Amino acid sequence: MAKKVHLFIPCFVDALYPSVGISTVNILREFGCEIIYPEKQTCCGQPAFNSGYFGEAVILANNFLNLFSDAEYVVAPSGSCITMCKNMYGQLELGGKEREIWQSNSTKFFELTDFLINVLKIDSWKGTFPAKVTYHDSCHALRELHIKNQPRKFLQSIKGLELTEMENSETCCGFGGTFSVKFPAISTAMVRNKSKWIIESGAEVVTSSDSSCLMNINGFLERNAFPVKTMHIAELLWTAYKNRQEDQ
Amino acid sequence: MRPKSKYFKKDLPLYMANEKVIANISRATRIAADKRRNSIECIKNWEEMREAGHRIRKSVIDNIRSNLDEFEKNAVRNGIIVKRAKNALEANEIAVEIANEHQAKRIVKSKSMITEEIGYNDYMIKRDYEVVETDLGEYILQLAGESPSHLIGPAMHKSRVDIAELFNKKLKIPYSEDPQFLTRAARNILREKFLSADLGVTGANFGIVENGSIVIVENEGNARMCFTLPKVHIAFIGMERLIPKVNDLGLFMTLLSQSANGQKLTSYISLMKGPRSASSYDGAEKRYYIIVDNGRSSFLDDDYLKQALYCIRCSACYNVCPVYQNIGGHAYGWVYQGPIGAVITPQFLGLENAVALPFASSLCGSCTDVCPVKIPLHHLLLYQRNRIVKSGNTSSLEKSSMKAFTSIGKSDKKFNRVIKLGRVMQNLIPFGAFVRGWSRSRELPRIANTTFHEWWDSVAKNGKSPN
Repeated sequence: MAKKVHLFIPCFVDALYPSVGISTVNILREFGCEIIYPEKQTCCGQPAFNSGYFGEAVILANNFLNLFSDAEYVVAPSGSCITMCKNMYGQLELGGKEREIWQSNSTKFFELTDFLINVLKIDSWKGTFPAKVTYHDSCHALRELHIKNQPRKFLQSIKGLELTEMENSETCCGFGGTFSVKFPAISTAMVRNKSKWIIESGAEVVTSSDSSCLMNINGFLERNAFPVKTMHIAELLWTAYKNRQEDQ
Repeated sequence: MRPKSKYFKKDLPLYMANEKVIANISRATRIAADKRRNSIECIKNWEEMREAGHRIRKSVIDNIRSNLDEFEKNAVRNGIIVKRAKNALEANEIAVEIANEHQAKRIVKSKSMITEEIGYNDYMIKRDYEVVETDLGEYILQLAGESPSHLIGPAMHKSRVDIAELFNKKLKIPYSEDPQFLTRAARNILREKFLSADLGVTGANFGIVENGSIVIVENEGNARMCFTLPKVHIAFIGMERLIPKVNDLGLFMTLLSQSANGQKLTSYISLMKGPRSASSYDGAEKRYYIIVDNGRSSFLDDDYLKQALYCIRCSACYNVCPVYQNIGGHAYGWVYQGPIGAVITPQFLGLENAVALPFASSLCGSCTDVCPVKIPLHHLLLYQRNRIVKSGNTSSLEKSSMKAFTSIGKSDKKFNRVIKLGRVMQNLIPFGAFVRGWSRSRELPRIANTTFHEWWDSVAKNGKSPN
């Protein structure tokens, strides 16, 4: 049965990485989902929340919840922003009505690959992507949403794609939102390590469920002219799917 | 030790510049974390054990006052003299009184974080007592005049070469990097101290409520010498370090040693009930417990924060923390470091004296994942951030930026206008100047020519998306 999906495109994906959102739309539609995109959406409030400004975060959280109040499934191409809505909103003093929405919705927030596997029950990915790829576990997807095998399952089933695990794939890339600006030296030390592990894996492409990690990693790789491309998992899946072969 | 956490941000570059130290710490923590992970993989019910650990520690802390009274009552019945100290000064004064009463001059000591916290060594040495650290790591630090940089491996920041040079210089022994040779040199000196000491000082890993005894775990056996050889023994005990029953010990021994470095059990586990009895062969004739509060009570008023008192000081959170690995323990500026240190230091020293610590984390959550008593460490970091913001200890620039961000985010019209404006402005002003820290090492992304919003609005809204 066709699923009705409320699409949540994180604010910085909207502005900086629209192709991640576009790939998400294409994938969901290809698998028969009806997409509702609440156009008034902005930011879920995570930057304020992570900086300790819970009062400010509540304003954005309330706003967000009202926009998604009648959603059956809220899907986003981000483990981090889904974590904010699904797990962290509970720590905020939401409005009465908004808390009700959150409580009734709280099990229905999904990161994209999690949704594809666990709701749409897609168990392998038809597609071709001839490259060596490594997967970076974003902290929120991994530890808050327990997404570990979902994206790997897809990657392993793509024709021509060789999944090569990096050392310490579960170690944080050092982004951490405002942390990367407040403590740039620590953040840089972390992304330097991450980049080293990525390069040592021999991958040509590093992918992840979160554009924020990839923004950080790509910023460092690009500055140092390291020849590894970053690509969000939604973009990779859609590119591979478009290139699928007849026999798949 | 004098806290320096207030200057965390300012001092950070100094600590990070010491590449040798960072390399030592990074290597040692990874080894410990790997051992932990490999070892725990073989324990089928690890998660249930963590749950149980959490539950028991919660029950202890929820009723800490009555637990302490019960513990004290049982200890006194066993012949132990129990003192309580509200703060560091009181604890040290009590310790001096005890030393004077027994005319003790030479004090042997084994590793204890709480004595670091209250500055016991300095306090005593200033008053002409000889205090000798007897655990190898602490002994190295005492020779070097440094403080611990890790809960379990206090001299983790030092390499074998550092120690060889130090021993060569301070102990006047031939230069050697052979660990066995170095350990033997220390041991020869320390054995002499043990045999001639008047007083032994230890910490305690756990106090057992039901029978008033304490538990000390170690791998070197020096604590055991500290409380058996001298005639008098003082154990400093953090008031939160209680477990209800002897039967809980199996669980907590496993949680503690597995989490620390994957050891099934430590080499020595000592349970100590009372002073030497008429029928014992050895042991101190007088035993004292000094139960120290020193700010712990202030956690109890806050139902969320008090979870930090569940900590059993295993150091698993240090070992997996990518921040700790890249800055080392000393950078935190006080005795407790790593994720748990970043949570509790602002409470111990006052928010204004450790304002940066909870923010120095990417909130990756690996600490929470490994905590054997399931303290939600990264959520507590967030909680502390919020308390710092509410207390007014953040810059006005930050406050107004957050307000502005929220006011823009509240309205999609404003939000989209700001993005459009940014798209034009990024060609005129180098945005990197606003986030120098970021752009010093990384390229900044650019605002796209067509945002997702715009694409949706013009292309995909009607239900069919062009590929």
